[in-house]
Amino acid sequence: MKPVKELERAIDEITEIAAGFGLDFYPMRYEICPADIIYTFGAYGMPTRFTHWSFGKQFHKMKLQYDLGLSQIYELVINSNPCYAFLLNTNSLIQNKLIVAHVLAHCDFFKNNIHFSNTRRDMVESMTATAERIAQYEMIHGKEEVEHFLDAVLAIQEHVDPSLMTNSKLEEEEDEEIPAKLITPYDDLWELDRSSIQPRVKISKRKRIPPAPEKDLLLFILQYSNELDEWQRDILTMLREEMLYFWPQLSTKIMNEGWATYWHQRIMREMDLDSDETIEFATLNANVIQPSKTSINPYYLGLKIFEHIETRFDHPTEEMKQFGIMPNSGRQKMFQVREMDSDISFIRNYLSKELMQQEDLYIFQKSGNEYKITDKQYQAVREQIVANRVNGGFPYIVVQDGDYVRNGELYLVHRYEGLELDFHYLENVLPYIHQLWGRIVHLETYVDDKQLVFSYDGKKIHRRYA
Amino acid sequence: MDENQKSYVVSQENWTLHRKGYTDQQRHLDKVKEAIRNNLPDLISEESIILSNGRKTVKIPIRSLDEYKIRYNHEKGKHVGQGSGKSQVGDVIAKDGTKSGAGSGKQAGDQPGPDYYEAEISVAELEEALFQEMELPAMEQKEQADVTVDTIIFNDIRKKGLIGNIDKKRTLLTAIKRNAMKGKAVIAPIQTDDLRFKTWNEVQKPHSKAVVLMMMDTSASMGKFEKYVARSFFFWMTRFLRTKYEQVELEFIAHHTEAKVVTEEEFFTKGEGGGTICSTAYAKALQLIRSKYPPSRYNIYPFHFSDGENMSSDNAKCVQLVDELMEVSNLFGYGEINTHSRYSTLMNSYEKINNPKFHHYIVKEQADVYYALKRFFHKREEGSV
Repeated sequence: MKPVKELERAIDEITEIAAGFGLDFYPMRYEICPADIIYTFGAYGMPTRFTHWSFGKQFHKMKLQYDLGLSQIYELVINSNPCYAFLLNTNSLIQNKLIVAHVLAHCDFFKNNIHFSNTRRDMVESMTATAERIAQYEMIHGKEEVEHFLDAVLAIQEHVDPSLMTNSKLEEEEDEEIPAKLITPYDDLWELDRSSIQPRVKISKRKRIPPAPEKDLLLFILQYSNELDEWQRDILTMLREEMLYFWPQLSTKIMNEGWATYWHQRIMREMDLDSDETIEFATLNANVIQPSKTSINPYYLGLKIFEHIETRFDHPTEEMKQFGIMPNSGRQKMFQVREMDSDISFIRNYLSKELMQQEDLYIFQKSGNEYKITDKQYQAVREQIVANRVNGGFPYIVVQDGDYVRNGELYLVHRYEGLELDFHYLENVLPYIHQLWGRIVHLETYVDDKQLVFSYDGKKIHRRYA
Repeated sequence: MDENQKSYVVSQENWTLHRKGYTDQQRHLDKVKEAIRNNLPDLISEESIILSNGRKTVKIPIRSLDEYKIRYNHEKGKHVGQGSGKSQVGDVIAKDGTKSGAGSGKQAGDQPGPDYYEAEISVAELEEALFQEMELPAMEQKEQADVTVDTIIFNDIRKKGLIGNIDKKRTLLTAIKRNAMKGKAVIAPIQTDDLRFKTWNEVQKPHSKAVVLMMMDTSASMGKFEKYVARSFFFWMTRFLRTKYEQVELEFIAHHTEAKVVTEEEFFTKGEGGGTICSTAYAKALQLIRSKYPPSRYNIYPFHFSDGENMSSDNAKCVQLVDELMEVSNLFGYGEINTHSRYSTLMNSYEKINNPKFHHYIVKEQADVYYALKRFFHKREEGSV
């Protein structure tokens, strides 16, 4: 087949250029597939993932947009070794060239960025196994039952602890207040006076569960819930693994896309393109990096920051030189950044005031039914981008107490940092957590800077201001 | 390139059997359908359906099934965007509805915002879901004269008949048999004598007949909402009666200070002004019954929708006429559209009616249309009213 031959020639060339630039990637597997397959993979995040209606919904939406010509997935690449990349069978040669260059840089990022160091590179196979096991549970326990369980787990799947270092949790002997030794049977009456000053001190020697607030809600439920059957624990474990695998991609979105965009541009510049190809490439590239008024385009912002790093370190200021930065060390610095940083540190360290003004970034907010620019100050904007990226953009929830009021109730705390939760959604998630935990579930958060506790007892949601 | 000559593979496989996306998509659609069934109260009062006259499929926005997560309140949150260089504090960058604009598909997902799912529902689909919960109550066997349904059953085979009704299998079999008797294992020739035709018998089944008298207040006090509710109710009732029973006649009576028999179309589209004297409608209904629908032959179902703002001097007369109506009817339904939580004067009078044939429902909001329908047409145990 001629087109494939042509493509292979192009891939040879691109691979060589990329390696020449110092990109370091896994062996590649390029799969050419029709649109509905690409969109299936896009919706599931992985070709071999288990089945669930929510993926079907996503697939339907993406496919519809594609059919209407509203969007097109340019690239789909999987963090695995060998690395799989999917090419749409209707792509033109130049589209494919761009994608190949782009995914090579992604693959380099997967392979070298520290945040990916714990991800399983055999996840394709692992997910196949998961899908098979879940399918088998469907056979045994019925589709409805398994789906019902999956619904609950998927609702809280982001609440895992993706920290690179497993902090060796201290088996600390917390000095809990032990009531003074009773000498006479009436001694406890003294307590009545004290209790007005120190309510709830009478915690006997029981071990706190968890010993310290636990970020990994899935793990906590897995370990301590009395409600789950073996097969449910199994599914929970597998889904948690999958989330941990996807997590670094959530937390390096801007960097990862910026890196890939930077490199596809550089690689394409090295290639011999005729004038038609050049124009087509320029159009495609412009589409990819088009900034958006109402959101951050990670391709564009990431690219700009990387380019900014390159310029600054190629031409260091006197001050930078004093810190030992050599001229023309831009590339070297970029490779270092791609190895060590994640979006949050990337933005904090390298989105400079100068760049932010040049790019005209701003904060906007909803007022009435309009979205208005509210702030353009450098610090504020930068912190806002960071705030929106903290914990992958999900609210930070910890398990405070797994035996609340000594009744086995689950007490969760939202680490509030100024962003309020969507209460409608929250009230629909609590029943899911209740389903997994089997007892009353509480969640503490803030509204208008007042503490508010939501509780779900299996029948109704209660809201209580503290 | 390092040691390997080729560090990559390009492959193009046949993916036609990879149907996962479609099966899960189907599952989602099934769940949406289930949601439709569970949301009937909201859906059946959906304007686009009522105004469609039930002729076609309607597209109604249904929230697709939410995947609930613990997430931030998007409305209250702050977001970051990017201008073209001249943006200033206070600039309006988007309005609701146009928010995501022509965002590229890659960023889907960062923008929560309502996620509507345009579901195409045929009215028939909704009917199917709705009507299986309903029944025309208290049908009685009335006089059997001309109360019949003609049905045709194809249950006979003859040698003569319409060529269109030819029974090919039997014809061929007869031909084969005849040829076989002559010792030939062939089909042809087929002779006129071999032809067999399917034919029918007419069956006459006695059937109960019913008439529904729909009365609606079209006075000035019936506002847009009240009319809409009454209209939605009658819309579904008409469709229900027409689909479920063949022999149901409908009469439409519109009234304000006087009552008129109108056509179905006028009934649903015309609005009039003036005060309200409900008894006129009842009198008209009684008159109709006397002239056209003798109770000996018809099951009679009068339904009346009003906002209850009746002239108070008329209330006593109403009660009396309703009593008279109930004597000749199987059931009397009164629907009051009353968004206040107090009884209207008319309802106060009706409160005292103690007759199992009297059913009333107070509609407070649009979704109550469904409950009103169910109240009047719920499936009853055999024999009870």
